[in-house]
Amino acid sequence: MSSKTRIVITGIGLTAPNGNSLAEFRANLLAGKARIAEIDVRHMGRHPAGVCDFDATKWQKRKEIRNGTRVGSISIYCAREALGDSGLAWESLDKSRVGVYLGITEHGNVETENEIHNISQFGNDTKYWTHHHNPRTVANNPAGEVTMNMGITGPHYTIGAACAAGNAGLIQAAQMLQLGEVDVAFAGGVSESIHTFGIFAGFKNQGALGAHEDPAKASRPFDKNRNGIVISEGGAIYVLERLEDAQKRGARIIAEIAGWCINSDATDAVLPNPERQAECVRLALKRAGMQPQDIHIVSTHATATALGDIQECTALREVFAGCPGTYINNTKSFIGHCMGAAGALELAGNLPSFEDGWVHPTINVDELDPECAMPGLVINQAVQAPRLDAILNNSFGMLGINSALIVKKYGVA
Amino acid sequence: MTKEDIKQVVLDIIADIAPDEDLSAVKPEVRLRDQLSLDSMDFLDIVMELRKKHGIEVPEADYVQLASLDSCAEYLLPKFQAKGSK
Repeated sequence: MSSKTRIVITGIGLTAPNGNSLAEFRANLLAGKARIAEIDVRHMGRHPAGVCDFDATKWQKRKEIRNGTRVGSISIYCAREALGDSGLAWESLDKSRVGVYLGITEHGNVETENEIHNISQFGNDTKYWTHHHNPRTVANNPAGEVTMNMGITGPHYTIGAACAAGNAGLIQAAQMLQLGEVDVAFAGGVSESIHTFGIFAGFKNQGALGAHEDPAKASRPFDKNRNGIVISEGGAIYVLERLEDAQKRGARIIAEIAGWCINSDATDAVLPNPERQAECVRLALKRAGMQPQDIHIVSTHATATALGDIQECTALREVFAGCPGTYINNTKSFIGHCMGAAGALELAGNLPSFEDGWVHPTINVDELDPECAMPGLVINQAVQAPRLDAILNNSFGMLGINSALIVKKYGVA
Repeated sequence: MTKEDIKQVVLDIIADIAPDEDLSAVKPEVRLRDQLSLDSMDFLDIVMELRKKHGIEVPEADYVQLASLDSCAEYLLPKFQAKGSK
């Protein structure tokens, strides 16, 4: 890291298809419990999808929910829960020194599709197009809804980074804290993607939409018979602070951001590039001042596409050869691909490892694809590890965006 | 369609667009904005719902006529009657 300013995590709020708090999410990951529903997708019939069931009215008035977006509600829920978890003295905090940085894969598709459908009921007359369309579809919408709900007057914006967005949100926040732009950051990733048929249709026509007669088994990274992505919604937002500030207020420090990298394949819009992925991981390690063997959990991006999983495994085998203390897992096998929220949720589900000493597995591997075989891959059953001090969180996305974020147990050199 | 019916139509729309509001004691002669938490986007919602559900058009110059339940009823009655006679 170019700056010596250390950044720590002091709060986490999340909603995942299988949990509305970190404790619930973690318990289900350790118990091997997936939760994938089957939903009606407009124009497309029924498909597996990860659906969140958090109570939006916990933190929003019903009018806010009606006028806002689904991803706005997800963001507000996660941010409010993260605030509660952080123990920040919110009432006395200077809200102009708080920033909101949320990663998104896409935004606006849901509302645009809904309005196109709406006016189709009125002969496509645009006078029936809602005046709420623009505030709902501006790209900063999810972060902006958080600021309005919480009275935050510092900076807010979203970071569009395809499926690397969860990491990108956290990285942006860490950088802004290092620059002194803010004192407290709410950062992570969010997604409402299950409410847009376009994403389902796009993956379907790309031959990359997962299916299985049992929805809970539809997302199966590394399995020989995997057949694509299960689209999910969700969110995970972290409270980040500079270490010195967290120490000053006596905060519970959950983990420390150790290093990161975002790079680009510059090769193909959809096909991943293992060489660039490996470079991304190596640069994140270098910036963290770590060696591959210092990483104890690699949280993979693997989405259960035929080629993508193999490409990531190729990159990881290259970087982590000869690292017997490195465990490799995957969260999408439980909750599908939460798109903009994926990286942030997948990191969150692994963070309790620092305290409980367990590595959650990747599930739904009935027959391991030999091309995905790797030492350290934790399959179907959680394992207890002798030492868990650092997590590498991989998130990759379309247009060749790669992100690697390293988080370490606080207090470990 | 009577004026009272029209007031109920408007209240039903407001119940949808402002679901947190208590509408049990809305005074018909008092401006809606002075007794409910409604902003300009909410009034546009009222206009949109009148258009969608009832085929009633309210030109922008007439938005002021939607200020209170009484003025709504006064202004909308001939429009609903014209719809009914068609």
